[in-house]
Amino acid sequence: MDKFRMIFQFLQSNQESFMNGICGIMALASAQLYSAFDFNCPCLPRYNLAYGLGVLLVPPLILFLLGFVLNNNVSMLAEEWRRPRGRRGKDAAVLRYMFCSMAQRAMIAPAVWVSVTLLDGKCITCAFCTSLPVGALGNASHPGLSQGEVKRVLARIPCKEIYDGQELVANEVAVRYLRCISQALGWCFMLLMTTLAFLVRSLRPCFTQAAFLKSRYWSHYIDIERKLFDETCTEHARSFAKVCIQQFFQGMSTDMEAAHCHLPKKKTTDDGEASEKLLGITDQGTMNTALKSWHRCKPPLHLHPGGPPHGNGWAGEGQPPLRPPPEPPARRKEMAAYYSRV
Amino acid sequence: MDRFRMIFQYFQSNSESVMNGICGLLALASIKIYTCFDFSCPCLPRYNMAYGLGILFVPPIAFFLCGLILNRQSLVMLDEWRRPQGRRRKDLAVIRYMCSSIMQRAMVAPAVWIVVALLDGKCLICAFSSSVDPKKFPGFTNATVEQAQELLAKVPCKEDELVGNSMSRRAVSRYLRCWSQALGWSILLMLIIAAFLARWLRPCFNQAALLQTRHWSNYIDIEQKTFEETCCEHSQLFAHKCILHFFESMQEEIRQHSFDLPKEEEEDLLRGITHQDQVNKLLKTWYYEKPPLDVSQATQRHPLGRERSLPPWAGSPRAQSKFPHASYIGKVK
Repeated sequence: MDKFRMIFQFLQSNQESFMNGICGIMALASAQLYSAFDFNCPCLPRYNLAYGLGVLLVPPLILFLLGFVLNNNVSMLAEEWRRPRGRRGKDAAVLRYMFCSMAQRAMIAPAVWVSVTLLDGKCITCAFCTSLPVGALGNASHPGLSQGEVKRVLARIPCKEIYDGQELVANEVAVRYLRCISQALGWCFMLLMTTLAFLVRSLRPCFTQAAFLKSRYWSHYIDIERKLFDETCTEHARSFAKVCIQQFFQGMSTDMEAAHCHLPKKKTTDDGEASEKLLGITDQGTMNTALKSWHRCKPPLHLHPGGPPHGNGWAGEGQPPLRPPPEPPARRKEMAAYYSRV
Repeated sequence: MDRFRMIFQYFQSNSESVMNGICGLLALASIKIYTCFDFSCPCLPRYNMAYGLGILFVPPIAFFLCGLILNRQSLVMLDEWRRPQGRRRKDLAVIRYMCSSIMQRAMVAPAVWIVVALLDGKCLICAFSSSVDPKKFPGFTNATVEQAQELLAKVPCKEDELVGNSMSRRAVSRYLRCWSQALGWSILLMLIIAAFLARWLRPCFNQAALLQTRHWSNYIDIEQKTFEETCCEHSQLFAHKCILHFFESMQEEIRQHSFDLPKEEEEDLLRGITHQDQVNKLLKTWYYEKPPLDVSQATQRHPLGRERSLPPWAGSPRAQSKFPHASYIGKVK
């Protein structure tokens, strides 16, 4: 009883902790990916904004979608959403719960990317260097430069080695200013995310706890039911295949005997089990024929109800034999199987 | 019974040690993030204070909220606080105890960040370099007020050409760092003394009530976990019955359309589904018409003189239910 409970707790915690583990690995992967990424600002007036904002926003979108792809429950959600109603009603609350829990986990890696990018500062420096307030930081009245040229000079701020606007505004001053703004944005973003997560988590028990318990139960139920159905089908397929192959070998052996007019060998009691397993195929020629027939003419997916099938197993007949109900079997089996102890 | 108790003790101690572990990990994460973080003071008159104090106080708030989010017991406490009274009265002392233990654990990581930032000194140097009295330092006495402000604002930036690495800059920097480290050590000492007093003086006040509240707060936590486990177990059994009932109804339908008799024991595992078409039909029916969530028929099957087959899992240990009722899946004739 206790062992049963422990195993179930492990199964349940295993699935949740498995999903949390994937979520954590993706967050670490996104941080590692950012540090491995070689950021190269183009240092040209219109390209900077596109590049900087692209690096800031496109990878998080990819990571978000990847979070959904790696989540096993996505197909379960899609199936539950699209199935016909049939004899079982659909509960929109359960679908919403499943979607929300998947979306929350998928948002962690993108949030990590955006935070790390903003705290590092290179993206914002690249994207917004042309919008720098030159008046406050440097010499706005520097002569001889039109608006376009000023922008061109400012666009080179991230590329220290080609920057030629030291009289306009010092490179270090500009980089420090932009990085300060970027880091402030990064910390505010992190604070906002943690506040949102905290509110979502703490307001739920105050308002909808009963509905939440219901949705959680039924969403776990759908997952467990799907897994059990797959297991049952696998068991069925295994039995089906076993009987099909047995009938194939039996059919093979019967046909070989009929073709060569051999008398069936009498099984001795000593090696009865072993010769039963040979299924009537006891020489090289027959075995080779059996293997060739398996490749050239697989048996139909139709199991004959008990006893060897009639006719030539090689002809590939596929008609299910419709027989009239034969005489009842010799004795009826009595069995009762209790699912649990009284 | 003893094994049951041992398992519960393990769960209970495990939950505490899990929470302590998370608390420790967050503290280590805060140190790691501080060391990886590239502090770059803007060295501009109004921005310095905002940046310096922002770095000192905003991350601790985020860590505090993280500590609350990652702690499972906060949900349990909220649930206990907001639940309707029903047939079990609420004990505010238990809720207060749980709240205080959650807050204490959540405050470790922010305290670590603040102490490390103060001991390092960069935050305070950046924030308060413009607020220093320029007359105390030789390099700034000759400048006007505005020039002094601008120069002082550039003190945190060593590589700036305006200030350079002059002695006055280093003097201001050392002065501020000294204050910062003194503040850091004082805060650390105060926190440790507060924790020491709280732990030592608590048994002197109302120890019996404390034992009760601690017991009941652990109880609520364990009860919540056990409820979740039981629900999981129940849904597993429910799914078993539902699928079994589905296969049986499929078998029933097939029997009505063909004249095959019940099979021998081995083919019973196939449940009468022996054609490719029958399998396809079963799978299609599973998708298009899932069975209703009602297994009362499966547990009250009216005897009609037909044999039933054992499901493949009936003999395995995981099928043994702990529910003390009997449900037939086979029929005695």
